[in-house]
Amino acid sequence: MKTKGRDLRRRMFFDRLFKGSVIVLSSVCMLPMFFILFFIMKNGISVINWEFLTALPKPMGEAGGGISNALAGTLILILIACLISVPLGVFAGIYLSEYRKVRFTYFSRLSLEVLQGIPSIVIGIIAYVWIVVPMGAFSALSGGIALGIMMLPVIVMSTEETLKLIPDSLKEASLALGVPYPRTILKVILPAGLSGIVTGIIIGIARIGGETAPLLFTAFGSPFMGLNIFKPVSALPLVVFNYATSPYPEWHALAWGASFVLIAFILFLNMLAKLVTRRWKVQF
Amino acid sequence: MESTVLRIEDFSAGFDGQIVIKEINLSVVRNKITAIMGPSGCGKTTLIRCINRMHELVPNASVSGRMLLDDEDVYETDPIIVRRKIGMVFQRPNPFPTMSIYDNVVAGYNLNGIRIPKGDKDRIVEESLRKAALWEEVKDALHRKGTFLSGGQQQRLCIARALAMYPEILLLDEPTSALDPKATAHIEELVVELKNTVTIIQVTHNIPQAARISDFTAFIYLGEMIEYGPTEKLFTVPKDKRTEQYLTGKFG
Amino acid sequence: MSVSGRMETGAGMISRTAGTGKSLSRDAAMVYSGAVRGSRNLVSEAAFRRLLRLVGVAVLLLLVAILASLFVASMPAIARNGFAFLTGTVWDPVAARFGSLPFLVGTLMTSFLALLISLVFSLAVSIFLGEYFRRGIASSLMKTVVELLAGIPSVIYGFWALFFLVPAVRFVETKTGIIPYGVGILAAALVLSIMIIPYSASLAREVIGLVPADLKEAAFSLGATRFEVIRKVVLPYARSGLVAGVLLSLGRALGETMAVTMVIGNSNMLPKDIFGPANTMASIIANEFSEATGAVYMASLIEIALVLFIVTAVINIIGKIVIMKMSVET
Repeated sequence: MKTKGRDLRRRMFFDRLFKGSVIVLSSVCMLPMFFILFFIMKNGISVINWEFLTALPKPMGEAGGGISNALAGTLILILIACLISVPLGVFAGIYLSEYRKVRFTYFSRLSLEVLQGIPSIVIGIIAYVWIVVPMGAFSALSGGIALGIMMLPVIVMSTEETLKLIPDSLKEASLALGVPYPRTILKVILPAGLSGIVTGIIIGIARIGGETAPLLFTAFGSPFMGLNIFKPVSALPLVVFNYATSPYPEWHALAWGASFVLIAFILFLNMLAKLVTRRWKVQF
Repeated sequence: MESTVLRIEDFSAGFDGQIVIKEINLSVVRNKITAIMGPSGCGKTTLIRCINRMHELVPNASVSGRMLLDDEDVYETDPIIVRRKIGMVFQRPNPFPTMSIYDNVVAGYNLNGIRIPKGDKDRIVEESLRKAALWEEVKDALHRKGTFLSGGQQQRLCIARALAMYPEILLLDEPTSALDPKATAHIEELVVELKNTVTIIQVTHNIPQAARISDFTAFIYLGEMIEYGPTEKLFTVPKDKRTEQYLTGKFG
Repeated sequence: MSVSGRMETGAGMISRTAGTGKSLSRDAAMVYSGAVRGSRNLVSEAAFRRLLRLVGVAVLLLLVAILASLFVASMPAIARNGFAFLTGTVWDPVAARFGSLPFLVGTLMTSFLALLISLVFSLAVSIFLGEYFRRGIASSLMKTVVELLAGIPSVIYGFWALFFLVPAVRFVETKTGIIPYGVGILAAALVLSIMIIPYSASLAREVIGLVPADLKEAAFSLGATRFEVIRKVVLPYARSGLVAGVLLSLGRALGETMAVTMVIGNSNMLPKDIFGPANTMASIIANEFSEATGAVYMASLIEIALVLFIVTAVINIIGKIVIMKMSVET
């Protein structure tokens, strides 16, 4: 009886120890995030002012300057990426959802999953080989295409997931009214899944907005305000990279500011996605 | 004088190499309610889905035989047109969730790009909702989405949506099996009234319901039509032994 | 008789209907004529379906095109370097010697060290969310934090690591008598481990959450403690999901570029230990590609990209296979 009691106490001890360790280790995981966000806010917020957001960067080592061209560049890149990935991605999502019983679809889906796992720098190289080399110059176009390739799997998968949730009865109701199949898909099914698709696009933008590696040899960066998509363009993550790795403290400060803007943008997009889901989602 | 609106001749259908319904012969009388009954899996749903050519949406579907709607072979016509002339209401109510009640009723027009003047549209909406016994309940909420409606009301909305197309035949696939008894009674009343304007073919595995509302009944078992005739006769003096067994609950 | 419809015989239907003597209401006539008109579609069903199938194929083609392009573009290097590319320890573009072993080793050391460090934490988080705190405030908080960790861009991780992690590592190195580079494989592995936690944690959490309740209840009713149930029932059951999560994390770690590039120290020598500077396959490309002159130099870097592509693709596919087998078994 005594050994049983001791044995039980020992097991209870390990049980509590385990739970405690799980909680402690998990909490430790949370630290880096708070750490990073805290320092970005602390160092970044003092740099943000009107000049910072609207001025062009100053030459090497000079104080002041801003990231207006980086903001414009990031927006242009996102726009190009969306133009490429959204139509193709949504249709691919429709294909995967409508033809899910077909054998070939398995390979299609597998390709997407492999695409999603390709390191971003490799995508940058591909965009370089496909666009920069034939064009003979770095350009926003090549950067946008690289980002578009990265965004594609996200759009496809979220579209497919959304459409899979729509019950077949909706399609049947439309077809039984004599509505042709293409119209049924485009005017009944897609609108029913709109919130999921839009959420997927927002998440996709959040993911590519901070990508640097694919831009290193495509968009390349530029000290000028560039609206020409056939020329190199600056971008927020490129600015963070270049300023952070430079030897000038003034530029480090700018890097904190740019990081702040970038993180704020991504956080905003994440919240927007949650909002869209909550308010637009169609219940079945 | 009773006339035949739909003649089914030696009709068989199946998919993936299997035959689901075999050589069905049936003449459906205009402006009457014809019930198609039988145990689960006997092929009754497949049969009506062949009438409006929904069956062929299943991969590897096959059909043979003829289906003549007013002497015109359904399978020689564009399926889109067939489906606009034959309306269907499904087991579970399926109004379009992104559209208002108004738009749901005229969805057949809007989605098909059939343009009609607003005045006509309003009239069709009211008429269809009245025929579906839903007008009074929703007339002040036409522009709200239909998601707040109860199951029975949603089903009546689906009926109104089908009626708005002025179909020759209305196919009902066990329309009350997902509804509570009160809603079921409502719909049964409604169906009996509707037969004056449209021919009704209703699939049901609810034997009392078939007895209650239908004028003619067809009994399908294992893909074959065992017996067909006026409901009263079929239920009181069934000709085939299997019909009698089904009606007395020996299998189901 | 095969199923096929022909267009435009609707007109026949109308006249025949009128011929039965049934009076046609104005509305019905409107529908029927509309039915004839409206059946001219913008896009026929066949064309639309063809488009869909084309898009499905296009995705596969994109992947194949990427592989093919990488291969073709690295041809000059493959032809010239041969096998020595993977075994050579000297990377000297000036002397036209391209041995990528330092980067292979650097990549493996960084990734596996990061995986090792992150494993304990990932497991803890997945058990936290999958077992102890499945709902409620603690759960939402942890989930949000993990999501945010996954959402922070790599370059920002690198930036933060450069200014906080590297000095910290340097500090520890001075105290323990190691050459205080600060930058190097250790620093890179540390920041990488934080970055990959969300990937294995999410997958593991899902799998742990899927363990059937009755299995656990049976164990509880036999008098097992929570810890014992987790150790002996939950984790073994979720084993393949955990493996898949690890593989996915590994795949991510191998290809990670920016954060690693910023803190790894950029040395092209074969790394001797984890405390010195090195380079990974991704970081060497990031560092040298824009200044690569000469066809063989550039092709060699692209060959490294090709190797990276193949390795990550293989690991991802293995991970998917494990997940698929797992869902078949359950």
